Amino acid sequence: MEPTLSRYLMIGAVLFVCGVICMATKRNAIGVLMGVELVLNGANVNLVAFSRYTTLGIDGQIYSLFVIVLAAAEAAVALAIALNFYNNHLTIDVDRANKLKG
Amino acid sequence: MSGESLFFTLFTIAACMGAIAVVVSQSVVRMAFWLIISLGSTAALFFLIDADFVGAAQLLIYVGGTLVLLVFAVMLTSSGPYLKIDTSPGETVLAAMVGLLFLFMVIAAQTGVDWDGTNERIAAANGQDASAAVFDSGSGGNTLRTIGMSLLGLRPDLGGASAGELHTAYLLPFEIVSIHLLVVLVGAAYLARAKRRRDA
Repeated sequence: MEPTLSRYLMIGAVLFVCGVICMATKRNAIGVLMGVELVLNGANVNLVAFSRYTTLGIDGQIYSLFVIVLAAAEAAVALAIALNFYNNHLTIDVDRANKLKG
Repeated sequence: MSGESLFFTLFTIAACMGAIAVVVSQSVVRMAFWLIISLGSTAALFFLIDADFVGAAQLLIYVGGTLVLLVFAVMLTSSGPYLKIDTSPGETVLAAMVGLLFLFMVIAAQTGVDWDGTNERIAAANGQDASAAVFDSGSGGNTLRTIGMSLLGLRPDLGGASAGELHTAYLLPFEIVSIHLLVVLVGAAYLARAKRRRDA
């Protein structure tokens, strides 16, 4: 299988869809965060593929570097929130987070 | 089959199967392991596509930092009564169907675009050469100096770095992201500080 732009975009699409399904179906909050990481990785694969195969140039790779850094920052905050939730409720199940339910 | 297409096939299968295994796994620790496999294979794909610095950054920051942080969080939230957190079978079938539909839609969208024709139109509009060989920056993956200089405000790949021409580089986003990272990490450390645990 030769590496072409279309195949790299399909890899990005598979990673993205797996991340979205993970975010939507997992009941563990850490599982949801893993879905977010998969989504951002799918976007990174797309960016780097466009950087190599189109006129985008080095901009795609710099953009993906910023995506990596911002994903790390967002993962830190989301995990701090998840730890706080766990400390208050002794469970990490997102279905139990219904105190604000009307 | 050349070495490049062999490695491309191998790492494509590893990345996609790892991502699917993350969705399918029932235990969050196994999900973390498959995510490490998937992200490591993505880094290998970056190396194959001549993006050496991005691949190295992916391995260092994502696999070596963010995933280790996730595993720590899994460890810290696993004590207490461990109930098997499952999704019902009906929801699983519905999720699979929606996922396949979404994947089909995305792939149909990206195969419906004529990428080569778009390349040629953009290159012709900018007065550049449109042959596919030109897109390869010719550095064979040695993008470190170009990326470093772009983050400091110069664009050697667009020419004229020493000729006094101004190009849009990435100094401002670099500084913003530095401050952002500092603020976010201080905030996260404050949020996750050790408090007296309130008995629920």
